Amino acid sequence: MNTFFGLAADFASFCFVAAMIFALIRLFVGPSAQDRVLAFDTFYINGMLTLLMLGIRSGSMLYFDVAMLIAVFGFLGTMALAKFLLRGEVIGP
Amino acid sequence: MNELSLPLWAALPAGILLVCGGLLALIGSLGLLRLRNFFERAHPPTMGTTLGTGCVLFASMLVSSALLHRPVFHEVLITFFVLITAPVSAMTLMRAAVARNRPRPERLNVER
Repeated sequence: MNTFFGLAADFASFCFVAAMIFALIRLFVGPSAQDRVLAFDTFYINGMLTLLMLGIRSGSMLYFDVAMLIAVFGFLGTMALAKFLLRGEVIGP
Repeated sequence: MNELSLPLWAALPAGILLVCGGLLALIGSLGLLRLRNFFERAHPPTMGTTLGTGCVLFASMLVSSALLHRPVFHEVLITFFVLITAPVSAMTLMRAAVARNRPRPERLNVER
């Protein structure tokens, strides 16, 4: 049964890395700026999931804090870029 | 090496959840790559963001609870944060897209 879990972890890691590659392609070829910001959002979420898979595999608790930091700062970056696209400034009046 | 001591009641549902989360994230990102305009592309990654993250973090809770022989709940923090913030950023981004697609020559004349 542990071989099943190892295969499932391998498959999930492969899926997240492939999703990161797809988001990266959209990040580079995206025709408008909001497409690129959306691709960045997908990219950091999938990177966070890849890091969580690393944490599940190694059995260490250190990776969850890093994943939390990636989630917080990725949300801040997406929010700042979206606000900048909405009006020409990040923090408006 | 730690996976060798994983019991059956944790390994089976955690494996199934990991496969489901990986497939959800992959399909969502493929939809982001393949759909035609922005308002169609905004929908698929939210599936991988919310359900995929939920699946992976629940599997992580199962595995760490089985390894440490006590219930571990601090992955709920990441799930809660991602579930709260994903609609906020998606809606702000869609509002930005609507505002940028709108033709506005008259607004420039009014404000200047």
